[in-house]
Amino acid sequence: MQEQEHVRRTTTDRTDAEIETPVANTEAGDRLKAELDDLLDEIDEVLETNAEDFVRSFVQKGGQ
Amino acid sequence: MLSSESARANTSKHNSHARPTGRYGAVVSIAKICGIETEYGIVWRGVDEPNPITASSILINSYVSSLQAAPGRSGSGLRFEWDFESEQPGTDARGFSPLGALPPEVESHLVNTVLTNGARYYVDHAHPEMSSPECTNARDVVVFDRAADVIVQRSMLAANRILPEGQEIVIYKNNSDGKGNSYGCHENYLVDRNLPFGEIVFGITPHFITRQIFCGAGKVGSELAADTDEVSFQITQRADFFEEEVGLETTLKRPIINTRDEPHADPIRYRRLHVIIGDANMSEAATFLKVGTTAVMLAMLEDRFLPKNFLFAAPVAALRKVSRDLSLQTPLRLVDGTTVRAIEVQWEYLHQAVRYAEQGGLEVVGEEVGRQILLEWESVLSDLERDLFTTADRVDWVAKLRLIDGYRERHDLRWNDSRLAALDLQYHDLRPQRCLAARVGLRGMCTEDEVLEGTHRPPTDTRAYFRGACLEKFGSEVIAANWDSLVFDIGEESLRRVPMMEPLRGTVAHVGEILSRSGSAAELLDHLASVRET
Repeated sequence: MQEQEHVRRTTTDRTDAEIETPVANTEAGDRLKAELDDLLDEIDEVLETNAEDFVRSFVQKGGQ
Repeated sequence: MLSSESARANTSKHNSHARPTGRYGAVVSIAKICGIETEYGIVWRGVDEPNPITASSILINSYVSSLQAAPGRSGSGLRFEWDFESEQPGTDARGFSPLGALPPEVESHLVNTVLTNGARYYVDHAHPEMSSPECTNARDVVVFDRAADVIVQRSMLAANRILPEGQEIVIYKNNSDGKGNSYGCHENYLVDRNLPFGEIVFGITPHFITRQIFCGAGKVGSELAADTDEVSFQITQRADFFEEEVGLETTLKRPIINTRDEPHADPIRYRRLHVIIGDANMSEAATFLKVGTTAVMLAMLEDRFLPKNFLFAAPVAALRKVSRDLSLQTPLRLVDGTTVRAIEVQWEYLHQAVRYAEQGGLEVVGEEVGRQILLEWESVLSDLERDLFTTADRVDWVAKLRLIDGYRERHDLRWNDSRLAALDLQYHDLRPQRCLAARVGLRGMCTEDEVLEGTHRPPTDTRAYFRGACLEKFGSEVIAANWDSLVFDIGEESLRRVPMMEPLRGTVAHVGEILSRSGSAAELLDHLASVRET
């Protein structure tokens, strides 16, 4: 019973659903940004061809 | 022989005069033998109604068969039975079994094998699972965790060679299918039995709630029905699945602290803290931090070296708040009415650990490795505060967020777009050509040689050495293995069981010479017996 209280409190307290993450603005951050652009350029070749089917059919039995 | 003598001299610190004695001085920290067990996600493509238990069995059997067929192998070294005699997963550390608790069942009929690196590779709850050999430090855990991934990759190749055209088994090192089903990555730590369990509960819970900020693996969305529409991305895979503070369960109503009391070692001396709350990490540095900081925390608890504790008013709610707060700013309420942020808790623990190190405390976590843990710990906290994305080279959730949010912005997608969920899953795909974690620039911690050696050689400084070396050398005469014993069939009327109740005995220093001069298991047993008599 106590647990259900916890769940409710979580959902009512939270007002930060769209909190912005800190923006990278340092030199290291700029370098990471450039690397990310390169990575995104190649990502479509790797992404599952039918993402919707892939995600829907990815069903696992619960474990530990 | 391996269990009859006291390992206290080995496991306790020697220079007690120079060490912290703690508030009571009653418990002195012991070597933090540790290991990690991973249940992998499994997909069998090209089959109408794939059975995950069958798929997992094919995966593991294919690997074992490929080893037996390999040139230079005797072909006998891996056909072992797991010995369930001493398995007691239903025993509760609190000394009772709560009404309604369901202790996990031991599934003795499923595929179950032991590898020459000392690991256990088996089918558990419809997933392939690898339990690493016992290690003395966090860095070795990283090596054997990576070795486990390589073994699983080889297993995929072996299985897919025998499957019909159009079928494929694919393994994912994650903890959730995004539909409310979770599977675990557990850690294990050897703890002194004299440390009351209640002190472990109060002492380590705040660490489990707050360590997420550097060891979470990241997840798109939420699997709690109440807030699926409100959460775009969260820090951990697992936080959604924890509903209790303390308990015996591992598959439902999961607790932050698991009370399974099954030490797999001398139960008078030892406890094994079975940690079920972590995410499986793709980043080696994240695994290192997860295991390393927790080992340091447990050593400090044993030495009563933590004067300040953080008692959260609502631990389960706090766990979820931390997982949902990408800004790391959310205040968490303590029982004394004040609030604290997750990163502040981690800074406090780090500062305490630095003082602990100054007093010689790091010996039990591997002195040199201990110093590396503190350096990485300080570095990751500083970087998380200074510029979140500079941690994308070692923190999984940040690396994943950067990738997925970048893709989302580029293609102007909503957070519930299937392509983002697909990227999330593919981050954990263990096929090298598909694995996104392999492309995001995570820095490694161990060399390829170390990892490859770890696929077949055991650690040399725990009893895993004895287990692995016996399987390698006398595999055809070992008929069953367990964490704390080996059973030999040397052609006599009765079988011979060698107990291994001390995790720090059975090392290369201890039995290496005896093993090398034994030509058969019978000789080995004779030599072990004669050493015991002298």
